[in-house]
Amino acid sequence: MRAPSGPDVAVGDVLLSVERVSLSFGGVNAVSDVSFDIRKGEIRAIIGPNGAGKTSMLNVINGFYQPQQGRITFKGESHTKMRPYEAAHGGIARTFQNVALFRGMTALDNIMAGRSLKMNKNFFWQLLRYGPAMREEVEHRRRVEEIIDFLKIQEIRRTPVGRLPYGLQKRVELGRALAMEPELLLLDEPMAGMNMEEKEDMSRFVLDVNDHYGTTIALIEHDMGVVMDLSDRVVVLDHGIKIADGSPDEVKTNQAVIDAYLGVAH
Amino acid sequence: MLYREAGQFKTDYASDQAIFPISQDRLGLAVIIAGALAIPLSGNDFLINAVATPFLIFSLAAIGLNLLTGYTGLLSLGTGAFMGVGAYACYKLTSIFPDVNILIWVAVSGLFSAAVGTIFGLPSLRIKGFYLAIATLAAQFFLEWCFIRVSWLYNYNISGAIEVPQRELFGIIVTGPRATAETRYYVVLGFVVVMTWIASNLVHGRIGRMWMAVRDMDIAAELMGIRLLSTKLLAFAVSSFYCGVAGALMTFLWYGGAEATVFNINQSFTILFMIIIGGLGSLLGAFLGAALIYIMPIVLRWVPELLGLPMQAATVEHVTFMTVGVLIIFFLIAEPAGLARLWQIGKQKLRVWPFPY
Amino acid sequence: MHLLYMIFIDPFVQMGQAPDLLAQTLWEGLVGGMLYALIALGFVLIFKASGVFNFAQGIMVVFAALTLVGLHDAGLNAFLALGLTIVVMFGLAFTVERVVLRPLVNQPDIILFMATFGITYFLIGFGEFVFGGDPKVMVTEDLFLPQGSITYKTLGGIVQLQKIDIAAVIIASIMVAALAVFFSKTRIGRALRAVADSHSAALSVGISLEQIWVIVWFAAGLVALVTGIFWGARSDVSFALEIIALKALPVLILGGFTSIPGAIVGGLIIGIGEKLGEFYWGPLVGGGTDAWFAYVIALVFLLFRPQGLFGEKIIERV
Repeated sequence: MRAPSGPDVAVGDVLLSVERVSLSFGGVNAVSDVSFDIRKGEIRAIIGPNGAGKTSMLNVINGFYQPQQGRITFKGESHTKMRPYEAAHGGIARTFQNVALFRGMTALDNIMAGRSLKMNKNFFWQLLRYGPAMREEVEHRRRVEEIIDFLKIQEIRRTPVGRLPYGLQKRVELGRALAMEPELLLLDEPMAGMNMEEKEDMSRFVLDVNDHYGTTIALIEHDMGVVMDLSDRVVVLDHGIKIADGSPDEVKTNQAVIDAYLGVAH
Repeated sequence: MLYREAGQFKTDYASDQAIFPISQDRLGLAVIIAGALAIPLSGNDFLINAVATPFLIFSLAAIGLNLLTGYTGLLSLGTGAFMGVGAYACYKLTSIFPDVNILIWVAVSGLFSAAVGTIFGLPSLRIKGFYLAIATLAAQFFLEWCFIRVSWLYNYNISGAIEVPQRELFGIIVTGPRATAETRYYVVLGFVVVMTWIASNLVHGRIGRMWMAVRDMDIAAELMGIRLLSTKLLAFAVSSFYCGVAGALMTFLWYGGAEATVFNINQSFTILFMIIIGGLGSLLGAFLGAALIYIMPIVLRWVPELLGLPMQAATVEHVTFMTVGVLIIFFLIAEPAGLARLWQIGKQKLRVWPFPY
Repeated sequence: MHLLYMIFIDPFVQMGQAPDLLAQTLWEGLVGGMLYALIALGFVLIFKASGVFNFAQGIMVVFAALTLVGLHDAGLNAFLALGLTIVVMFGLAFTVERVVLRPLVNQPDIILFMATFGITYFLIGFGEFVFGGDPKVMVTEDLFLPQGSITYKTLGGIVQLQKIDIAAVIIASIMVAALAVFFSKTRIGRALRAVADSHSAALSVGISLEQIWVIVWFAAGLVALVTGIFWGARSDVSFALEIIALKALPVLILGGFTSIPGAIVGGLIIGIGEKLGEFYWGPLVGGGTDAWFAYVIALVFLLFRPQGLFGEKIIERV
């Protein structure tokens, strides 16, 4: 399952760029004048102390928040106001900090829900179920099973997600995002709340997604070890401002970054 | 021992996705349908006319509301009014075109209900949850008012009520005072079976998943590319269609007539209680809830008599209200998934029976 | 053309031509609005102090009225019946909170909303079982509530105010003022606001939640009783009053759930709005518009401000 290509962006070219984006909520500046880009095929980490505006940044990228200033250019097209629907159709998928699974459904149904974009047999076929609608279900079920195999969650596919342990929920959520066959995958703290072993598993999955499917990944993460191991490039935010941008090694030794994390007044 | 799945393997996705994958379930369904077909053979008019036919009609309305409230999470208090739209639409259609088959008009009246439901569902783009429920109250009270004030709807009849004219199907009288209880029962049964099958197809496929996604976390659904407004409006439309047909069936094939008070806020509450007790988000729940709420007062009237302690009609009504109230509260606290969930738990236990787990 | 005139011009012409009728209509709308506001007020009180959405406040009003009448009809002295009713209402509020609302405390509003319908149906059944189902007459003389009306010759015509309505407005205003003062000036009022903000913080400074809730439920019960008396005095006492209680919901939408002035303003807007609507525009469509006018006002409102007049803007976070 290869990531779909829109207007063709070669590996290494800029897939998405954030240009001078500012976002505020009633007087509180979440993000101020931030610019960075994400290249196709890379794993880009977004880090920073709590409240730095990382999740808000992700929310702007996939259209949940509309920035007051600036724009997002994705696959060559600029958007000052990206709608969630446009982002999803354009090939952006994400996971959430507080696992946003559909609790009333099983793991399988959750991931199948991720295929909604691709399923288009219209309403009248759905009334009948048998026939074209069923064939479409089966075809997408096949794709979803590939993801289930990849993430090794076969045993729990019929379990209502509310009953799954946290680590598995995160995996199902990843599966649901993958079901959208995204070009750009946004992961919001995919390792939060996990133990060492779970983190290793999830890291492996993230790397595999990037290798195997060629999906570009932007991830927010607090665990420095994970960030250093996984990412190709890192951008650092603090209080809504970008304070560093570069390779993991460069960022690790950047004084401003160290100050931000240690809470030195500046 | 009886309810084992062992040996029933699925070799392709299609059969794995089947709605009743376990063969014992399919057998059970066949038994139920056979039983339903056999009821009129009992010859007991009371059973057919006062129990079975209305039970089916209320189940249909409950399915309609469940699609909107249970599956899509949009609380609606306008069910009674939407049933009324179906009833009055059917009446007008058959008054204006008396030669067209009445069953066609029953189905078409659902479309009118769907249209009205969609219009009153438009606010759901901006309004959520409990606030949307208030908006549906606006629909309920406004439409109820229309049923009284717009005399065109009941053909300017002085009494303000509609009386169902006699209609035939293949020479058999289907509606009106001379239609037999058995005939009317079979017509209703036909509608309910077909429409339940269709509802089941919808909820098990893509559309059902979209509805449940909107219910569970609409933000995530939107970010996955699901169009919120069209999904919600579709829920309103389909739900109102079911309620409209139920209203038309109720008027034409059960009561034989109707007036505005039949479709009042109490009717809305009754159907809502059916799906709360039966189980939100479950088609089986619609039937179980309708059974409990509709049949319980009948039982309450009969059992004390059989035991030699007759209860006054008024007392029966009071006890019914109290019991319904208590059941609602009980189910909301203890088992929000209602009787349907209890049924599922029962089946789980049966699968491992006679072992405890 | 004529239709447009009838809708947009004529009603105002009529208002101008007969200002006494306008005043009369405004007054009646005011009275109705005050009473809607009182129902909403009971709700706001409980919500401010315990965070609980007690939509059953409406049915409590009806039940209070019924209990009072029932006790009085059974032979008790009016004031004794009044006192006993307060006790009963308190017990009822307490039971409802413990048995129904407490277990559902973390559920979404819709669940609580539906639970209060369960309470409503239960109380309807229970009330009719105990008191019988036929409409009753509210106790007025024995409570020294004024009868009759005052007629003013003014504004070119006659304006007639029912004394009971005047009493209702006065007593309601006193109650609202007292509550407002209580909330902002007294120690207990401050504690109530603290509890509304955060239970755990309130606990950590030594405020007894139990005590607070007792006071709040008592106040809400009192408000319910006063409302019930005046509603019942203006129309028969029966469970049909529940329809009026449902109208408190649009009031809450306009006024928000947490604001006392909001409940008043909301109530007045709804009360006056529906009276004016029915009197001047009602005849155009055959009357009876007050059945749905309040809800349509609320609906229109929600479309522009989904959080109500005084509510806080909902910012969704992911």
